[in-house]
Amino acid sequence: MTSYNPYLLIVVFLVAAAAFAVAPLLTAWVWARLVSPKKSGPDKNAVYECGLQSKGDAWVQFKSEYYLYGIIFLIFDVETIFLLPFAVAFTGLPAGAFIAMVVFLLLLVEGLIWAWRKGILNWA
Amino acid sequence: MDEGLRSELSKQGIFTTKLADIYNWGRKNSVWPLQFGLACCAIEMIATTMARYDLARFGAEVFRPSPRQADLMIVAGTVTKKMAPQVVRLYNQMPEPKYVIAMGACAISGGPFKQGYNVLKGIDRFIPVDVHIPGCPPRPEALIHAFMTLQQKIEAQTLTGPDRPRHLDPDAPSEFPVPQFGEHDLVPPNNRDVWQPPAKARNE
Repeated sequence: MTSYNPYLLIVVFLVAAAAFAVAPLLTAWVWARLVSPKKSGPDKNAVYECGLQSKGDAWVQFKSEYYLYGIIFLIFDVETIFLLPFAVAFTGLPAGAFIAMVVFLLLLVEGLIWAWRKGILNWA
Repeated sequence: MDEGLRSELSKQGIFTTKLADIYNWGRKNSVWPLQFGLACCAIEMIATTMARYDLARFGAEVFRPSPRQADLMIVAGTVTKKMAPQVVRLYNQMPEPKYVIAMGACAISGGPFKQGYNVLKGIDRFIPVDVHIPGCPPRPEALIHAFMTLQQKIEAQTLTGPDRPRHLDPDAPSEFPVPQFGEHDLVPPNNRDVWQPPAKARNE
């Protein structure tokens, strides 16, 4: 048996994958160049296609402080998932479980107070 | 080619045709309309595409929501002066070859709202219309008839010569000027390259 490079198969796969990606694009491009009627203009090349002219700039800057807002919301959003089974099983719980849950809640509330005092909740 | 030779060849099992015939056969059976309704005529247009009237039999069931993929604009309804620039811009954004059916009294002339201060008196003032359908609103059969008329028109188009379709003519304009919504009327009120009404005959 002749020996072959084990990486040869990967190269074949790479070439095939690239061909799969490029061939349809190339075919469409060649087809368009050969047979499409060339009648272009500013309206036809416009990005927006509902008949109205686009206004303003699409590069809108977004306030990065929203990230902290989102994190705080997410923490309390997830907390409700823990609170629901706690509330359902509340009457049958021992005192230790109750204290553990209160500690958990207080830890989250402490985080909220910390964020509040840092002024994150003030939307400047 | 000679009809006798053609018939003789077909007896021998040789089918002959022209490139233009195949091209037009393909075009006329795959006309995709723009999904675009302006008023009550659009309801009839919707009915035409549904099971009872079934526009799909003519290869036109695919109503494209984007002008980039549409071949046919069915102007179904009253065109207000506020809407007219958008209609012209949508027409400009459609790829060649493209066709227009003006459906109903409003689209061809302003119809019952002709005296309205904000009603365009016919979309053919701004874009070239291939088929006009009268009616208020036209029944789905009328739209199908207009569609078949358009198919006959496409089939009869030659690919060369002076009567060739606009997309094969490099001198033909690629876009039509979009009117502006002005203070009193559209500016300009019509496109004279497209709309040439007969002069009024006055008996002086």
